[in-house]
This record gives sequence, C-alpha cells and structure tokens, in this order.
Amino acid sequence: MINIIGMLPSILMIVAPIMIAAIGGMFSERSGVTNIGLEGLMGFGAWAAATTHVLLEGRIAGSVWIGLLMAVAIGMLVSLVHAYASISLNADQTVSGTGINLLATGATVFLDQIIFKQDRTEPFKMGMMPGPGGIYPTAYIALALLFITWFVLYKRPIGLRIRACGEHPAAAASAGVDVRKLRYLAVLVSGALAGLAGGCIVLTETIQYTNMTINGSGFIALAAVSFGRWTPKGVSGASLLFGTAMALSIYMVNIEGLRFLPPEFFNILPYIITLVTLIIFSGKDYTPRADGLPYEKGGS
Amino acid sequence: MPELKKEETKAETIKKSALSAFAGSDGAISILVVVLGFVCGTVLIWAVGRDPGNMYASLLQTLTGYDVLRGTWNARYIGEWLTASLPLVLCGLAMGFPARTGLFNIGAEGQYIMGMTVAQFVALYGPKVPGLHWLLALLAGALAGAIWGGVVGWLKGKYQVSEVVATIMLNYVAYYLSRFFTMLIPEANTYKTQNFPKTALLTDPFLDRITNDSRLGIGLWVMLICCVIYWFIIERTKLGFQLRATGFNREAARCSGIKVTRSLTISMAIAGAFAGLAGVVVALGSFNYGRVISSQDGYGFNGIAVALVGNSTAGGTLAAGLLFGMLASAQPLMQSRNIPKEITMIISGLVVVFISLRAGFRMIIEWRERRAAQQKRGERDD
Repeated sequence: MINIIGMLPSILMIVAPIMIAAIGGMFSERSGVTNIGLEGLMGFGAWAAATTHVLLEGRIAGSVWIGLLMAVAIGMLVSLVHAYASISLNADQTVSGTGINLLATGATVFLDQIIFKQDRTEPFKMGMMPGPGGIYPTAYIALALLFITWFVLYKRPIGLRIRACGEHPAAAASAGVDVRKLRYLAVLVSGALAGLAGGCIVLTETIQYTNMTINGSGFIALAAVSFGRWTPKGVSGASLLFGTAMALSIYMVNIEGLRFLPPEFFNILPYIITLVTLIIFSGKDYTPRADGLPYEKGGS
Repeated sequence: MPELKKEETKAETIKKSALSAFAGSDGAISILVVVLGFVCGTVLIWAVGRDPGNMYASLLQTLTGYDVLRGTWNARYIGEWLTASLPLVLCGLAMGFPARTGLFNIGAEGQYIMGMTVAQFVALYGPKVPGLHWLLALLAGALAGAIWGGVVGWLKGKYQVSEVVATIMLNYVAYYLSRFFTMLIPEANTYKTQNFPKTALLTDPFLDRITNDSRLGIGLWVMLICCVIYWFIIERTKLGFQLRATGFNREAARCSGIKVTRSLTISMAIAGAFAGLAGVVVALGSFNYGRVISSQDGYGFNGIAVALVGNSTAGGTLAAGLLFGMLASAQPLMQSRNIPKEITMIISGLVVVFISLRAGFRMIIEWRERRAAQQKRGERDD
C-alpha cells in the first residue's frame, strides 16, 4: 500500500491528461458530435507545446505556460476542420476524425523535420515543475476543468442547450437554440482541451515530442467517455481508473505483490472494461441520442 | 425580384455541369481529392524550401524503377512498391466490405495484428511441409482475423455496441495480446523471435526473378484473389445482396426477412479475414522472423483511407491501395533526396479530410439547384 501512495503523483500525472481530453470529448459528444480525432488533436497539442517550450526555454520565463496556450490554440484550430466537416457539411463524423488522426502523425513529424532537422523535437532541459508533494499542476487543471464543466453543463442555461442539441436537435432548434453554433462551440472546446491534454503529456511525462508520445491516450480518453456514460462524474471516474491502469503497467515492477502479472495485463484492462460495460449496459442506452448524427435544418 | 435575375453565361453553365459531374460521380471525386492532396503536398514542400521535383522523381522511380536523376533502372523498386501495396489493399477491402453493410470498421489494425500473430506462431510451430506450411499460416491468419472482426459484428447486432468503439478497444487488446504471447516464445527477446523455417515464407521464385529479388511473393496472388472474391461476393451473390440491403436500411432488411445480426457478423468476419490475411502477408512475406511489435503498423488505419478513396469497390480499392503503396514505398527515396518522408502521411491524411468534405460539393450543387428552382418559381409568380 505504501508503494501505491508513493505512486500517487505518478498516477495523477498520467490521469490528468486523460481526464482533460475525456472532458473535452464529453463536451463534443453531449452536443451530438463524436470526436474520433481526440488522439490526433492531442498529437498536435503535444507537438505545439514541446516546440514552443524548446524554442523559448531559457529566453522567456514561463515558456511552459506559453507552450500550453499554443497547444490549446492549435487544438482549436485543427478541430475547426472537424467542426466544419461534421456540422456545416453534415459529413460523416468518423471520417473527418480519422482524417485528423492520420494527418497528426504526418504533419507534426514533418514540421519537426523542417524545424529541428530530425523526426522529433529537440529535448527540453526542464519540463513542468511539480508542486508540493510532487504533484504536477496538470492535476489541479484537470480538477478545475472537471468542476467548471459540471457547472456549465448542468447549472447554466448554455449547458442545458448543449445537452439538448445532443439529445434532440430539432426540438432544441424549435425552442430557439442555434444548434450549429452550439455544436461548433462544443467541438472547439473539445479541440482546445485535447490540445491542452497533449501539451500536459509532453511537458510532464517526457522531454520531447515523438510520434510515440500520445500512443493511444486519445483512444483511452474516448473509451473513458463511453465508459463514464457521458457524465462529468462518470468520465472523471473512468479516467481515474484507466489512468491508474496505465500507470500500473509502467510502474508495477516496483510493487512486490503485482510483479507476477505481465504489464500487458494492465495495458489491456481499460479496453476490456469498456467493452464489457458496453455489453452489460447495452439494454439501457446512455449515449446522447443524436450523437454522431448530422443536424439538417428541416425543409422550408 | 427581377433585378436579381441574371442571364446565365455559358462559362457558368459549363462550370455548373462540371461541378454536377464531379458531385454525381464518386470515382471523379476520388480523383479530384487525390489531386488536391498532391497539390497541397507539393505546395507544402515548396513552401519549406525543398524541391517538389525530387518528390515526383522518387514517386516515378517507385512506380517504374527508373531513376531519372541517374538514368538507371532497377525492377526491384516495382516489386517493393507492390509489396508495400499488398497490406494496404487488403486492409482497404477489410474497411470497404463492412462499409457496404453500413458499418465503420476502424478495427482492421487489430484484425491485422491477430492474423500476423497467429501466422507467426504457425510459421514457428506448424508442420514444415513445403507448400502446406505457408498455406496453413494463411488460413490460420484469415481465421484469426475473421474471429476478431466477427465478434464486433455480433456485438453490434446482439447488444447494439457501437462498432467504432468496439473496434478501437479490440485494436489495443490485439496489440498487447500479440506482444504478450509472442514474448512467451522461449527464443524470443523483446523485439523479435528466431527465424522462420524456409517452408513458411511466402516467396515466389518467379516473382523474385522478374523483380530482381524484391520481397514481393505469394502475397501478390493472395491480394488479387481477395479482390476477385470481394467483387464476387458483393456484386454476384445472394449474401452480398443481403449485406448491402442491411447497409441501405437495417430495419427494412429486417422486415424483409434478412437476419441482421447474422449479416453484420458475417460482414465483419469476412472483413476481418481480409485484414488477417494482410497480417500474414506482411509477417511471412516481408520478414523472415517473428516480430514483437512495439507500435501498431498503421496498415489498418491507412486501409480506411484506401477504402474511402476507392469508394469501397474492389477495383477502386485496388487502385487506391496501389496509390498509397506507392506513397509508402517512396518514403526512403524521398528522405535520401532531402524531402521529409512524412509528406506522404500528410497527403494521405489530407485525402481523408477532403473526402469528409466531399459532402460539401454535393451541398453546393443542391443549393444552386434549389436557388435556380426558386428563381424559376419566382418568375412564374410574377
């Protein structure tokens, strides 16, 4: 047990980005737009954060935070493509999300080749500094975002409207809600948060961006959204569980009682749990009803 | 409103009919989208101060084996191009087949990994009989992929589990299972196993001879046979009709007596078999030892792009697979000529993004037609 408490900062370090990305994904899906592209958006964010930080490190104080801002900005910019395709053009949302995922690996490494003349960013000397107790600020960011999201989605009128867009867009529209505008907003939020999550990963868990930096975290976040049944409480719990499983697969060698298990056991855990719960709860559908469906204005 | 009325010029009419032709024909849109992807790639290379000519020289050399800059010719490049295309075509078929049934199979990657892993085990532990050994590996790999895919279709039909989420989950399960089981092999270390026996390899002396000892082998025939099977099932059989009917309207299909769960399962199982074969073709065609994969190969995901460009038809998928294979195979040549090889991934990514925008072309046409109709009605009302 001592070991697990000692691992808490590491677990939180891995949980935080997954939770941030999953919250973003939840925003988007509650408004009715699936975002398969989380993985790619995180890649773009991680690349932007690492690049900005490396280039500014030592010249400007607080370059870590500028890096994170850049990550947010690029995440939003790229998610605009997804929003345009899936909201304005009623395109297949899975296709444009897949396009972003494919684009991310190519585009980020291409830019590295141009800027750094290698297939990864230059390593930076110092990432984000952990706070008291060795806990990174990303954990507090995730917690704050969780609370803000809950407050906005459930306590503010705009949250009610966003949820209405995901359940029954036509009804929302007849009540005077601008469905497309709100869906754009939700997708941009998911892009911003996915970018931020990518930035958090690269600045806390590693020292440079490579095309292995994200390595499925976006898909874990996507699983956390489904497993968490699209609610802030559920999604944060799912992220905590999945993040811990990921952390255990990395650090389990330090734990006496778990050493007999292969690390792949913990790697697989989040995916199996998600699949099994999807089957168990298949009778009751928690998915936002209009999730993944384009909204076309009724004929005049 | 007569002041808004405008005589249509000839140029506009031509533009309109050209646009309609594009929006009406999926094949033309695919070509347009690919061209757009290449244009963006070319501009990007030019913008970062490199010579786009080098990219096209590399692509030409991949395609024909002819080196424009040195004036030499080597057939091995053609063989390597086809070798790179094999898994892409097969994974494209794996994506396209369920697409015709209305399913989005994002899980070709996992089905590919299962096929690859099982084939590696058969290669190492199967009967070392010439001719039988590799055939057994192919069948086992196809079966493994079919099971991995079929489960998804069954879950979709029986429990309404989203195939997108399920396949993504199974991709990672397959990846870690493959690592775990392959590392259990006594002679394996953390990245490879011992060499395969010769009888397991998919080599073809005839293809070796004409392509100057490239890695191209029996996989080529496997791929071509799969394309024919795909075309035959979809277009010529009752099963294909049922699958397509399920894709067009699941409820209508159910009402007309088609067992939807069965259709979905079969469709995903066949898709999985194609992807599994892709895994075998790569494992026993391009390598002579078993791999402990440290990342996903990405053929499954690129297969999505292949199927989208090929409009999920057999011929289109074959052509698109060859195109993406050319891009993949030209990567080392580009890198050696000072072109970042990632440009090929950017082009494939852009192509998919553009395809998702193709609905936009249709909307422009529809909007123009509706406006024209409204104007006509306005004239009548005047």
